[in-house]
Amino acid sequence: MMKIKLAKQALDEIRSHAEEDYPNECCGFFFGSEKNFRKMTHIKRVKNIQSENRKRRFRIDPDEYRRAERFADQHELDFLGIYHSHPEHPAIPSEHDRSVALPFFSYIIVSVTGGKSVRVRSWRLNESQQFDEEELEELPEIEKVS
Amino acid sequence: MAKIYIPTPLRKFTNQNRELITGQQTLEGAIAQLVEEYPDIKKNLLDENGEIRSYIKVYIGDEEVDPRKNGAIKVDEKTEISIVPAIAGGL
Repeated sequence: MMKIKLAKQALDEIRSHAEEDYPNECCGFFFGSEKNFRKMTHIKRVKNIQSENRKRRFRIDPDEYRRAERFADQHELDFLGIYHSHPEHPAIPSEHDRSVALPFFSYIIVSVTGGKSVRVRSWRLNESQQFDEEELEELPEIEKVS
Repeated sequence: MAKIYIPTPLRKFTNQNRELITGQQTLEGAIAQLVEEYPDIKKNLLDENGEIRSYIKVYIGDEEVDPRKNGAIKVDEKTEISIVPAIAGGL
């Protein structure tokens, strides 16, 4: 199983974002480093620009995506993936998630029930275009997040 | 010599290269060269008709262009072409 380590502060920020945007889906990018395993240290909240049905769908402005690539370059970080929430649904990728997913990226999904983030899981596409779950480890130390 | 900027998730198909410098003179030609040099990128970039996939956006500078309509657009040494995946998902 692939492994992804998450800095506590960044993970808390993702959980908070998911709760603040409830009952709609939230979304954002995350960054860090990759050597033997992935380590998420930075997140960037992004607006869900889906015009309708934001409780079940998210969409990110391509300009935000371009800014995220530049942010990673400027800060010498690896652009590791995308997070989003599933309000009142499990933290498991849907068929829709799979159909539009990209290779390489990790997809962190937060399940939100009754406005509270209850479960966080991370997924990555395999060579057969199916999602494999990543082992998720929360790092206890506080890392600077900007 | 136009420059094509390759997004992070597709760099696994370009030996982690972030960009391709091309001497092609049209957008269409530049994209064709990218696919020729890195054939593994094809299935993530082009659909079964050889067109850019609907969830991949192409920018010249800061302007989005539709390669299906603007494939013949001229590119030169100052042109920066960005391939930008449209990010979406949900239940």
